[in-house]
Amino acid sequence: MNNFSYTTATTAKEATGARKNSVQSAFIAGGTTLLDLMKLNVEQHPQLVDINMVPFKGISETTDGLRIGALERMSDVGENLLVVQQFPAISEALLLSASPQLRNMASIGGNLMQRTRCSYFRDTAFPCNKRNPGSGCPAQTGDNRGLAILGGSAACIATNPGDMAVALVALDAVVLLENSKGKQRRVPLLDFHLLPGTTPQRETVLEPDELIVAVTVPAAAHARKSHYVKVRDRASYAFALVSAAVGLDVQGGQIRSARLAMGSVGTKPWRALEAEKLLVGKPATEASFQLAAAVAVRGASPREHNRFKVDMVQKAIVRAFQEIAA
Amino acid sequence: MDTEPRFFETNGPGTGGVVGQPLNRVDGHDKVTGKARYSAEFPQQGLVYGVLKGSEIAKGKIQSIDTTAAMKEPGVLAVLTHQNLPKLAKTPNSPEGKKAIGAPMGFLPLTSDTVHYAGQPVALVVADTFERATHAASLVRVQYAAEKPLASYQDPKAELFNPEKVQDGKTDGFTRRGDARAALAAAPVKHTATYTHAINHHNPMEPGSTTAVWEAPDRLTVYESTQGITRTQKSLATMLGLPLEQVRVVTKYLGGGFGCKGSSWPHTVLTVQAAKAVNRPVKLVLTRQQMFTGMGHREDQTQTLQIGATREGKLLALVHEKTSTTSPWDNYAEPNSRIINLLYACPTFESSYKLARANVMTSTFTRAPGEAPGSFAIECSMDDIASQLGIDPLEIRLRNYAEKDPTNGKPWSSKSLKQCYARGAELFGWSKRNPQNGATRDGKYLVGYGMATASYPVHNSQGTARVRLYADGHAVVQSGATDLGTGTYTVMTQVAADTLGLTPDKVRFELGDSRLPTAPNSGGSVAGGTVSSSVYVAAQEVWQKLKKLAIADKKSPLYRAKLEDVVVEKNRMVLKTNKQKGEDFMALMKRNEMSDIEGTGNGKYGAGYESGLAAGGADSGHQDDMAGHSMHSFGAHFCEVRVDAEFGTVRVTRWVSVHAAGRILNAKTARSQIIGGSIFGIGAALMEETFRDPNFARYTNASLGEYHIPVNADIPEMTVEFIEEHDPYINAMGVKGIGEISMVGVSAAVANAVFHATGKRVRDLPITPDKVMGAMAV
Ligand SMILES: Cc1cc2nc3c(=O)[nH]c(=O)nc-3n(C[C@H](O)[C@H](O)[C@H](O)COP(=O)(O)OP(=O)(O)OC[C@H]3O[C@@H](n4cnc5c(N)ncnc54)[C@H](O)[C@@H]3O)c2cc1C
Ligand code: SF4
Repeated sequence: MNNFSYTTATTAKEATGARKNSVQSAFIAGGTTLLDLMKLNVEQHPQLVDINMVPFKGISETTDGLRIGALERMSDVGENLLVVQQFPAISEALLLSASPQLRNMASIGGNLMQRTRCSYFRDTAFPCNKRNPGSGCPAQTGDNRGLAILGGSAACIATNPGDMAVALVALDAVVLLENSKGKQRRVPLLDFHLLPGTTPQRETVLEPDELIVAVTVPAAAHARKSHYVKVRDRASYAFALVSAAVGLDVQGGQIRSARLAMGSVGTKPWRALEAEKLLVGKPATEASFQLAAAVAVRGASPREHNRFKVDMVQKAIVRAFQEIAA
Repeated sequence: MDTEPRFFETNGPGTGGVVGQPLNRVDGHDKVTGKARYSAEFPQQGLVYGVLKGSEIAKGKIQSIDTTAAMKEPGVLAVLTHQNLPKLAKTPNSPEGKKAIGAPMGFLPLTSDTVHYAGQPVALVVADTFERATHAASLVRVQYAAEKPLASYQDPKAELFNPEKVQDGKTDGFTRRGDARAALAAAPVKHTATYTHAINHHNPMEPGSTTAVWEAPDRLTVYESTQGITRTQKSLATMLGLPLEQVRVVTKYLGGGFGCKGSSWPHTVLTVQAAKAVNRPVKLVLTRQQMFTGMGHREDQTQTLQIGATREGKLLALVHEKTSTTSPWDNYAEPNSRIINLLYACPTFESSYKLARANVMTSTFTRAPGEAPGSFAIECSMDDIASQLGIDPLEIRLRNYAEKDPTNGKPWSSKSLKQCYARGAELFGWSKRNPQNGATRDGKYLVGYGMATASYPVHNSQGTARVRLYADGHAVVQSGATDLGTGTYTVMTQVAADTLGLTPDKVRFELGDSRLPTAPNSGGSVAGGTVSSSVYVAAQEVWQKLKKLAIADKKSPLYRAKLEDVVVEKNRMVLKTNKQKGEDFMALMKRNEMSDIEGTGNGKYGAGYESGLAAGGADSGHQDDMAGHSMHSFGAHFCEVRVDAEFGTVRVTRWVSVHAAGRILNAKTARSQIIGGSIFGIGAALMEETFRDPNFARYTNASLGEYHIPVNADIPEMTVEFIEEHDPYINAMGVKGIGEISMVGVSAAVANAVFHATGKRVRDLPITPDKVMGAMAV
C-alpha cells in the first residue's frame, strides 16, 4: 500500500470537489473493498476522501417507490421492513451477501462500485487488461471458473460479482448521481455498468467528479413478488457461482409482467429482457420458466472451467420463479 | 525404579482420577484475555520489521535488482537479496546440506539468482515499521530472464519419473507384497478407479512468524511459530554454524499448524540473517498470500486404485499408483500407499509412485499426510464394490477386517475398530440406510448416508520432561514441546497432577522453549503420548527419590521399610501392607528442610519403552514396537448429506465419529480435536482447492476470501465418542494420539454419502456443485 492523505467531506460538494482536483484520489465509504485493493496495490490512491459524513442517508417510501441513500449500510437496507415487504429480492440479495461484519460496514454506493473478483485482477504479478490495459487476459485460458459466460470480450471476461445489483437491475432501479457542480442526473442501473469491450478498465458511466447519491426502485406488483436465489460453493460467506433475481405479477395463472436478472454470469448485472417479454401472457408454469431460462442464456460463451454456469443459472432461474409462483 | 508401576493406571497408585476428565483448558483464560503471547508478540528493544518480496515469475534468473527506490524510503534499514545476504555456514542447497539441516526444502531462496517458483522470496526489506517495510518491498524492482514454467504433473510436457524413495526418503517408491497383478488378473470381481485431489493449503489462523534476536554475536534467540522447537533449533544451528546451546527457540502458543509448521522454512533463517545484517532484532510475519508459497502444501495428485475381490466382497489384490507434483529439487509425495496396504486383510499389494518436477515450492505434511488422500481412494473403492455386489458398506468392511497387520503379519498392540463401527452405526442409525442409491428424497434434496474407516500409525518417538515438586505442595513440570492450540498445556497438567497426587491447580506445566527438556515435534500425533509418558516417568523418579529419603529418615513412619514395600497413594507414600502407615511428601520434605525435589523422565514409544529399547529416533516413521506389535489407532466416520437435486450443492447434515486411540487424556480437548479434524476433512472433501495457473505456475486464489474453508453454516452438530483402550505396549501412558486420525476417511465418508444420495460418484476432490451437477446430468 502506498502512502496517502485522508480528508473528510461533510457535503457532496466538498467530496466531488476534492476528487475533481485530484482524479487519482478515491472516495471511501465502508472501505471493505477499497482497502483490500489498496493493500494488494491493485489501486494506488494518493488521497482518500471519506464520504461517510455526507448525508446520503435514508430508506424511504416515495410516491413511486423506494429510495435508498448511497451511504446506507447493506445490513440496514437488507433488514428494513419496507424493503423486506415490498422488494423482497433486494433484501434477500443483500442478506445473502458477504458476512454480517462486512454488511454492517459496507454501503450501497460502494456495493454498486465493487470490482471484479477475477483472481488475475487482484494479483499485480499477473497481466490483466482491466488493471493494466493492453497487458493481456490470462483468465481466458486460466482460472475462469468464476467468470462470465455473457458479455465478455477477447479483452476481458470478468464478472460483476455483486448480489444486490442483480436484484436492483431486475427491478428497474435508477441511480441518482451528482457532480462537482452540484448537477444531478439519473441513470438506469441497466446502463450504469459497462460491457468490457476493448476497454475493460472502464466499468461504469460514473464521471470522476460524480458521486452516487441514492438508488430508487419503482414500486410494482412484480417487485412485491420478487425473489433472489444464490448458488455458492459453501453455505455462507461466498460470492455466487450463479444467481437469479426474479419478479412476477401473475393473475389467474397468467403472467402479466415478469422480471429476470442473473448474477455472476455476465460482465455486468445481467438483465434478461427478451426472456421477460417471452413470459408475458404465458401460464406461470415450470415449462414457461424453462423456456425463459433457455432464452436468457442464449449466446453464452463459456470457457474451460465455467461451462457449468450455462446449465446452473437456468436451474437457478427456474427455481426462483417456481418458488414465487408456488 | 524397579518397584514402580510401568504403566499409568487411571485409578492406580498415585493417581487422582484427573486424567481423562473434560478439564477446561488451563490456558483458556490467558488466551481469551490476550495475555497469551504468540510468537510474533514478544516485545523487543529496538525491534524492526522484515517483509519479504516474492518473485513475480515462476521460473528463470534474476538479472538485476534495483533497490534504490526502496532504500530511499524513510525508515528503511536494509534490502537483502542474493547479492548481500550474510553468508551461512551451511545451506540446504545440496543433499548433504539438506540432510544435516533437516530442511523440508533442498533450496534456500536468496542464495542464488535462480527462480524456481512463483512467490519465491527474492528480497527481504527491513524497516522501522511494518508499513514502511511493506511499502518499500513493493518498490524493489527485479528484472528477470523469465522462462516458461511448468505448473504440474498434469501438463502434457511434464516428465514423469519413478522415485526410489518419496517423502524425504521415508517411504519406498515401489512396494510389493505377493503378486498383486496376477491376483488381480485372476480375481472374479475387478474394480478400477482414478481419484484426483486438489492442492490444499493448511491455512492455520496464525501465520508463520519469526522474531530473531542476536543476544551476542554468536548467541541467538528466535521466537518462532513452529510445531518443532528442537527441529528449528537444530536447523538454525547447523545453517549458522553455531553450537546447539547457543540457539534458543521459543514458541509459547500456536494458532494452529496442521503440518505446515512442522519444519523450518526459508523465512526463519532469512529473518535471522536480516537481524545480523541490521544488528537489531527483526520480526517477520508472513502475509496470508505468502502462506501459500512459504510453508508447503498438500500436493496435487492422481491415484489409480485397482482392486480384485471375490464375489463375497473379500479382497484379493490391491494395486495402487500415485502421480503427483514435486518441486525442482525434492522428491516429496505423501505416502498414500501406507493406509491402502494396511486397512484391510488382503493377501497381495503393490504400490508405486510417480513424480513430475514442476515450478512449485516443495509440498509437505498436511494433516494426516498420505492417510487422508489414501483413505479417500480405498474407502471410495470399497464403497463402490459394496454397491456393485449389493453388500452394505459397513458389512464389506467387516468381511475384510484385518485381525493382524496385513503388511507384516504382526498382532496389533490393540485394535477396537469393530467397537467403533458398532457404536458409530448405533449413534448414527446406520441400519435405517436405504440400500438403494439415489432413492431417498426430501423436497428438493437427495439424502445420502456414507461411512468410512480411519486409521493412523503410532509413530515412534521419544522425549523428555522434568518435574520439580515443591515442599509446599506445588509442582512445575516442563518439556520443550509445543501446544498447537489443541490442549497440550492442559493434558500435561492433568497427567502431572495425577502422577504427583496433586490437584491440577497446584501444577504449572511449561513448554515451548528449547531450554526445557527436549521433546519431539508436535506432529504425526506423537506429542500427546510422548510428552505425557515423559511426565509420568519423571514423576516416578521424584517418588523414587522421596521414598529413599523416607526410609532413611528416622523420623519417618516409613523408616527402614523396604523400598519395594512402599507405594504411592495420591500424595502419600505408604506401606503396601498397611496403608495407614506412611506420610505425605510435604511433611517429609519440610522435615528434611528440602524446598524442592526434581526428577526427569524419558518417554518412549513401543514395548521397549520400559528398558529404553524403543526403535528409531523421534519421528523415525517406524510403527512397530520391539515386542512385535503393530501400533495403530482406528476409527469410523458416519455422514449424512443433503444434495440439492438441481444445483448439486452438498451440505453435511449429520456427523458421527467414533475413535479408538488408546487412552484419552481429556474428554473435552479430545472431542474438539476430532471435531476440528473432521471439519478439516469436510473442507478438503467439499471446497478446499488452490488453483495453480497452468501457464504461469502461480496460485490464483491465495487468500482466505477465495480459498474456501468451511464456515459454521457448513457444519452440523457433531457427535464424537471414543472407545477407550488399555494398551500397555504403546508407551507408559498408553496414548496413541488423535491429531491426524481425526481427518482420515472424512473425505471418503462425504463422497460415499454423495454417492448414496445421487447414485453418482465424484472422484475428483473437492466435490463442488459443478461436479455433482455434471455427474447427475449423465
Ligand atoms: C470477503 C468479502 C466477501 C464479500 N462477499 C460478497 C458477496 O457475497 N456479495 C456481494 O454482493 N458482495 C460481497 N462483497 C463485497 C462487498 O459487498 C463490498 O465490499 C461492499 O459492498 C463495498 O462497500 P463499501 O462501502 O465498503 O465500499 P468502499 O470499499 O468504501 O468503496 C468501494 C468503491 O466504491 C466507491 N464508492 C463508494 N461509495 C461511493 C459513492 N457513494 N459514490 C461513488 N463511488 C463510491 C469507492 O470510491 C470505491 O472505489 C464481499 C467483500 C468481501 C471483502
Ligand atoms: S478477465 Fe478481465 S479482470 Fe480478469 S484477467 Fe482478464 S482482463 Fe483481467
